[in-house]
Amino acid sequence: MGISTRQFDAVVVGAGGSGLRAALQLAEANLRVAVLSKVFPTRSHTVAAQGGVSASLGNEEPDNWHWHMYDTVKGSDYLGDQDAIEFMCRKANEAVIELEHYGMPFDRLDNGKIYQRPFGGHTSNYGERAVKRACAAADRTGHAMLHTLYQRNVRANTQFFVEWMALDLIRNQAGDVLGVVAMEMETGEVCVMHAKATLLATGGAGRIYAASTNAFINTGDGLGMAARAGIALEDMEFWQFHPTGVAGAGVLITEGVRGEGGFLLNKNGERFMERYAPTVKDLASRDVVSRAMATEIKEGRGAGKDADHILLKLDHLGADVIDKRLPGIREIAIKFANVDPAKDPIPVVPTCHYQMGGIPTNMNGQVLAGHNGGAIVKGLYAAGECACVSVHGANRLGTNSLLDLLVFGKASGEQVVKDLASEALSHQDLPKDAADRSLARLARLDSAQSGEDVAEVGAEMRRTMQLHCGVFRFPDSLAEGVRKMQEVGKRAQQLYFKDKSKVFNTARVEALELENLVEVAMSTMVSANARQESRGAHDRSDFPDRNDAQWMKHTFWYKENNRLEYRPVNLKPLTVESFEPKARVY
Amino acid sequence: MGDMDRIRWQCRRGLLEMDLILQRFLAEDFDSLNTDERVLFKELLGEVDTVLLAWVMGQEAAPKRYDALIQRLQRR
Ligand SMILES: Cc1cc2nc3c(=O)[nH]c(=O)nc-3n(C[C@H](O)[C@H](O)[C@H](O)COP(=O)(O)OP(=O)(O)OC[C@H]3O[C@@H](n4cnc5c(N)ncnc54)[C@H](O)[C@@H]3O)c2cc1C
Repeated sequence: MGISTRQFDAVVVGAGGSGLRAALQLAEANLRVAVLSKVFPTRSHTVAAQGGVSASLGNEEPDNWHWHMYDTVKGSDYLGDQDAIEFMCRKANEAVIELEHYGMPFDRLDNGKIYQRPFGGHTSNYGERAVKRACAAADRTGHAMLHTLYQRNVRANTQFFVEWMALDLIRNQAGDVLGVVAMEMETGEVCVMHAKATLLATGGAGRIYAASTNAFINTGDGLGMAARAGIALEDMEFWQFHPTGVAGAGVLITEGVRGEGGFLLNKNGERFMERYAPTVKDLASRDVVSRAMATEIKEGRGAGKDADHILLKLDHLGADVIDKRLPGIREIAIKFANVDPAKDPIPVVPTCHYQMGGIPTNMNGQVLAGHNGGAIVKGLYAAGECACVSVHGANRLGTNSLLDLLVFGKASGEQVVKDLASEALSHQDLPKDAADRSLARLARLDSAQSGEDVAEVGAEMRRTMQLHCGVFRFPDSLAEGVRKMQEVGKRAQQLYFKDKSKVFNTARVEALELENLVEVAMSTMVSANARQESRGAHDRSDFPDRNDAQWMKHTFWYKENNRLEYRPVNLKPLTVESFEPKARVY
Repeated sequence: MGDMDRIRWQCRRGLLEMDLILQRFLAEDFDSLNTDERVLFKELLGEVDTVLLAWVMGQEAAPKRYDALIQRLQRR
């Protein structure tokens, strides 16, 4: 095939926090780095992060990485690997201070040190009381992080390919990864990006659910690429739901609303959280509140004509307090929920927010070749929300994701630099059929004269996931969900769009994205159906308890025949004693 | 219509809020923009999402030249 080839030392797919952090490590080592992104780098989804990034700096009160580690292990409901968690928590201070030196405008204390605030799940002295561990740049932490890292990359001569979409990984006979096939959106031209090292940093896939806080670009492309190339996806049954997304729109209503005295009501006007969490009530942790809401809706006490949502009441706070303490909330509610919360409650539902699972890697970002042992896929690395190290296990703590991007973005970059220096990696010959898979997919889409509508199949997938694999999971419903997803999968092989033009063809891009989303959705449904316990974000009505004897293991889903394998959780930290599993109560 | 296709793609954003607002704008308003307004709209799309949202929500003042566009976005 006459398609063009470009050569680089390393190709990074994704320009969010993780991709930019990794690329910086590479560019500063004077490697030739290409960073591909579907959108302009500072428009990556990392821009949405408001809450902050965790690090036990102890600027406000005593804190240390042991406590942070304990909180993360417990938060993960003991599914996180304790070596990786120790690594991340120990590196946190350095990662944040490094960012500060790069010019990140963190909020500061009077003494000039970085200001820190409390965040759910972060405690001092192994769970004793809340601790101030989150570092933030006003309510624009993600935005500031992207800008800081982007500027730094520009200075280091990272080469950006903006509005380029990676389609597939290139693997040779030995299974090594030699780069990616990518499409320039402006021209529709397909090109081989030939690299010694390929790093996936494509972010999450929250758009598999009907109710999602994620922007439209979060379509799990890296996961789809990995799955098609025969690489497993790990722990895909674990998705964090945020209790208060605006019903129908997904837009997030901050926890701060309940912190300031807002509360949830069912259709009878009952403050139901009093029944589920008598002491902390509406301020219980995300999973507890989400579950309570789902139960109310399931049992017919949802509000609205379809009894499908819960009401978040805050009018009793008065317009003045709302405007002063919760700036922007009124505008958001008016715009996206059509209600003025100073007068009426906001309709909300538990909404998909964060993907805990992903492409399996070790602590150095090297992608694991399989569920057994430590063998890696030569030439392939992954970091950020698309990867599963696994530090978040069955449930992520707020602010630990941005930390994950920094620590593992850098670690994977360092590993690539090391592997290139040792000449463990080189430009291997491209297989003759390097681009065939991608070209065949495109050719089918471009020649199809009829078939399935992209928007319709996407909507069916999202409905199926929401209904059969949401906050609460029921055995019959999961099995039915697997059947329905198989249908969706078949339809997704027949996608059709009318406009066949090459230039910025959004319809074509959306079809390619949907193919990736369907892989993610399938892996989620199948993995959830098989896990017969409740742990963290995975909640089964038929197995309400955590079962450490049988299920303290990571799920590995392979696309071929929807095969599932398992890998034991690593309970052994690097230098400290293991945190033994305990009941997760707050 | 290559330009329109590019604009359509660039309405894909990092914030869900802006995705939703811009989708509605594309569907309802975009066709009625004159040439100058289209140029300005393209420029507006170059701004960062958090800033854009603050403008549309009226929390921060946008540069004067965007006023008319922001007002239209506010209705979406
Ligand atoms: C509303 C919201 C608030 C949040 N707040 C916080 C918070 O306060 N603290 C915290 O720790 N976490 C927070 N999170 C989570 C956190 O923001 C994300 O997990 C994190 O930003 C993901 O970063 P990333 O680098 O992995 O991917 P992203 O930032 O999503 O970037 C993905 C990149 O990959 C590119 N890409 C994707 N597919 C392709 C392809 N096929 N070809 C080329 N490029 C591609 C995209 O263009 C983009 O550049 C929040 C999440 C949401 C939704």
